[in-house]
Amino acid sequence: MNKFTRSLIGAAFVALAATPAFAETPKDSLVMAWQFDDIISLDPAEIFEVSGAEYGAQVYDRLIGIDLKDTSKIVPAVAESWTVSEDGKTYTFKIRDGVKFHSGNPLTAEDAAFSLQRAVKLNKSPAFILTQFGFTKDNVDQKIKAADARTLVMETDQAYAPTFVLNCLTADVASVVDAKLLKQNEKDGDFGYSWLKTNSAGSGAFKLRQWKANESLTLDANPAYWQGAPEMKRVILRHIAEPATQRLLLEKGDVDVARNLKPEQLDALRSSKDVRIVEAPKGTLWYISLNQKNPILAKPEVRQAFRYLVDYDAMGRTIMNGIATIHQSFLPKGFLGSLDDKPFKYDPAKARELLTAAGYPDGFTVTMDVRNVTPWTDLAQTIQASAAAAGVKIELLPMDGKQALTKYRSRNQDIYIGQWGADYQDPHTNAETFASNPDNADNGPSKTLAWRNSWDIPELTQKTKAAVVERDADKRVEIYHELQKVVMTDSPFVVMFQQVEVPVERASVKGLIWGPSFDNNLYRLASKK
Amino acid sequence: MTDILKSGGTTPAARPRRPAGPLKRIAGFLLSIALTFLGLLLVTFLIGRVVPIDPVLAAVGDRANAETYERMRIEMGLNLPLWQQFIRYVGDVLQGDFGTSVLTSQPVLDDVRRAFPATLELATAAIIIGVAVGVPAGVFAAVHRGRWPDHLVRVLGLVGYSVPVFWLGLVGLLLFYAKLDWAPGPGRLDVFYDGLVDPVTGVITVDALLAGETEIFWNALSHLILPASILGYFSIAYISRMTRSFMLDQLRQEYITTARVKGMSETRVIWRHALGNIAVPLITVVALSYANLLEGSVLTETVFAWPGLGLYITNSLLNADMNAVLGGTLVVGAVFIGLNMLSDLLYRLLDPRAKK
Repeated sequence: MNKFTRSLIGAAFVALAATPAFAETPKDSLVMAWQFDDIISLDPAEIFEVSGAEYGAQVYDRLIGIDLKDTSKIVPAVAESWTVSEDGKTYTFKIRDGVKFHSGNPLTAEDAAFSLQRAVKLNKSPAFILTQFGFTKDNVDQKIKAADARTLVMETDQAYAPTFVLNCLTADVASVVDAKLLKQNEKDGDFGYSWLKTNSAGSGAFKLRQWKANESLTLDANPAYWQGAPEMKRVILRHIAEPATQRLLLEKGDVDVARNLKPEQLDALRSSKDVRIVEAPKGTLWYISLNQKNPILAKPEVRQAFRYLVDYDAMGRTIMNGIATIHQSFLPKGFLGSLDDKPFKYDPAKARELLTAAGYPDGFTVTMDVRNVTPWTDLAQTIQASAAAAGVKIELLPMDGKQALTKYRSRNQDIYIGQWGADYQDPHTNAETFASNPDNADNGPSKTLAWRNSWDIPELTQKTKAAVVERDADKRVEIYHELQKVVMTDSPFVVMFQQVEVPVERASVKGLIWGPSFDNNLYRLASKK
Repeated sequence: MTDILKSGGTTPAARPRRPAGPLKRIAGFLLSIALTFLGLLLVTFLIGRVVPIDPVLAAVGDRANAETYERMRIEMGLNLPLWQQFIRYVGDVLQGDFGTSVLTSQPVLDDVRRAFPATLELATAAIIIGVAVGVPAGVFAAVHRGRWPDHLVRVLGLVGYSVPVFWLGLVGLLLFYAKLDWAPGPGRLDVFYDGLVDPVTGVITVDALLAGETEIFWNALSHLILPASILGYFSIAYISRMTRSFMLDQLRQEYITTARVKGMSETRVIWRHALGNIAVPLITVVALSYANLLEGSVLTETVFAWPGLGLYITNSLLNADMNAVLGGTLVVGAVFIGLNMLSDLLYRLLDPRAKK
């Protein structure tokens, strides 16, 4: 035994000595530490999670994109130009010549038509972004088709606001996939879905090399990319669940970028010369909502009072420092028509006045469902304390995130503290959920946030509908301003913060683009000294 | 999670009371294994259905429309009554189909085949460290009972029991990786070695040796040492304490006194006679700690970015990915039953009384 032990320890030391000095990452590769265990599919017709969306943006091209300098503008991608017909229902895209897929197949209008038809027919989670324009399994082959190899024609069921249609086409679900390659890998008429879930068929700046779920995702540069070959030969994403571990890897130079550091870790890194903290506002909001099924919370004065019971500044300085900024309208900064007003501040005296007017001079008791992880728990505790100053006793019910969501979707909560991420880069995505509730019945088909809080608003629902068919872009913006003001001042929603993504890069890294949404985070121009 | 599995897994295979023919014995044994598995499946299945998490929601996401949601619900068989769902599942499992994981979109069997070797590698290294250090330390403490070596072992054991593994892992990384540069960072390999050897067994050290890639072998081994030592430390604590108390029991026995009176050397008395006699209970202790390690240690796996079974099952559980949870649980159950059988076998080899 002793001899065995000794040889074992010996082996350990040999191993340590034999390992090369733990060098920096290779010069031609970018290594990123990131929590990407939310990826459930690599098929752009199904991708609907932040990490998946970011993957899609590197590997696939879309017809058009958002101008990252001015998000109210659309820029060409594989479609070099487009026109909208007089009646506002027909969109014609001219496909760029000379774009090739990773397989070597040329990218044509047929591929583009196939991709959109495929997404509609597969009807996975993000398909509604396209089907909201009246496309169905049965009509999509007629409504979206290639007139010739370079012309794609798309016909919507009514005249929508062009900005709405075009913004939706910048989403991941509208990525152009390699029709030929997918047909080769088709199984039982699934449009190559079961294959594409774990493979790639794109034309983007990078191609998929290897995906190990919850472990690593490796991308290789596409040297023939039509916008120019990326400088990095390879990008390696490593799933590192623990933020403290991410920080160690970053400081040692074993990764070039760490994506999920916490506020206290960011603070510790602020003075470091080796790393750079980047801040990129993203389209995700933090809010609390008051279920209108609870008769107390349904009183307008109580809803008013809650706006003064949240200590925005204190939370912004501490818990959310560096990861979110105070934001009070339902359209995040970076969206067409977003309002930047912040009329509310913590004011318990004012809240008490409002509560007295509502008939609760001594406050009341309610429950709040809280995901049992940071920063939810911290936010909830702070709100609990600040609300207590006006006599409102909030009982916190900590639970698992999926559990809280299940309960929220069956409208059994009092107060919910949640996060809402925009589904695509158009104001309608948030207007539809915060300001419309087509059917407030308990089995209502559309579980919008307004529905989940039983907020019955036929008038606002109409207005939200009107906004998507308003073809005058300025008038459309006006409608969204109006909707935001109503939701801000008189609704069950208290919007508090907008998420800021805070990737931390090694100082040697240059050129990474951190856009307004995860599918606008781009690795293409990244380089290393 | 861990506790449920422990109590499910340690249920010893029922042995027939009366002596029976070998065929009957084997049949009874197989039946008891089958029943244990079925019970394990049933309990896990029911827990999965009782948790207030909507599994369809987990699969399609919060934003899916009603139609997509309903289709997925039917696809997952959740529209059927509970007993039919269970029978359907057991039927699939018998055909070797564990279903597809919602989280990874891959067959659960493939996922487990990837996650389990990672855990196996870590657990085996940890138990080797645990035994190699724990047993001698326990013997040492027993021999020097009440004096400083005993106290030292006890204090180290107490620390092992009470310090959270999560914290110890982070401190270990901070010290040996960040400050001293003795150990490589988290993960099973340096990134540039990743994917260079074909996974034959899935245990990277073994695969690298099979492929003759010594450089990758050393790299994998160096990545293994720190997490294995930290996990091993916890086994050391348990094993050394048990060894100590077993040894104290033996050292009080008369045969020890007899041996000493006969003038046998102290080394021989302790390491041969006394240690030989505690081998059987010690095997149970080691087998139990090994089985615990093989469940995967979620916290260690998290800190060291080690994609093992514990992390896989926990992630799946949190996401109501029931196929994955059931598949993982079956593997853990199989490990417990396998180790129980193995230690039974070892008893027979080591204990002359059981040889009959």
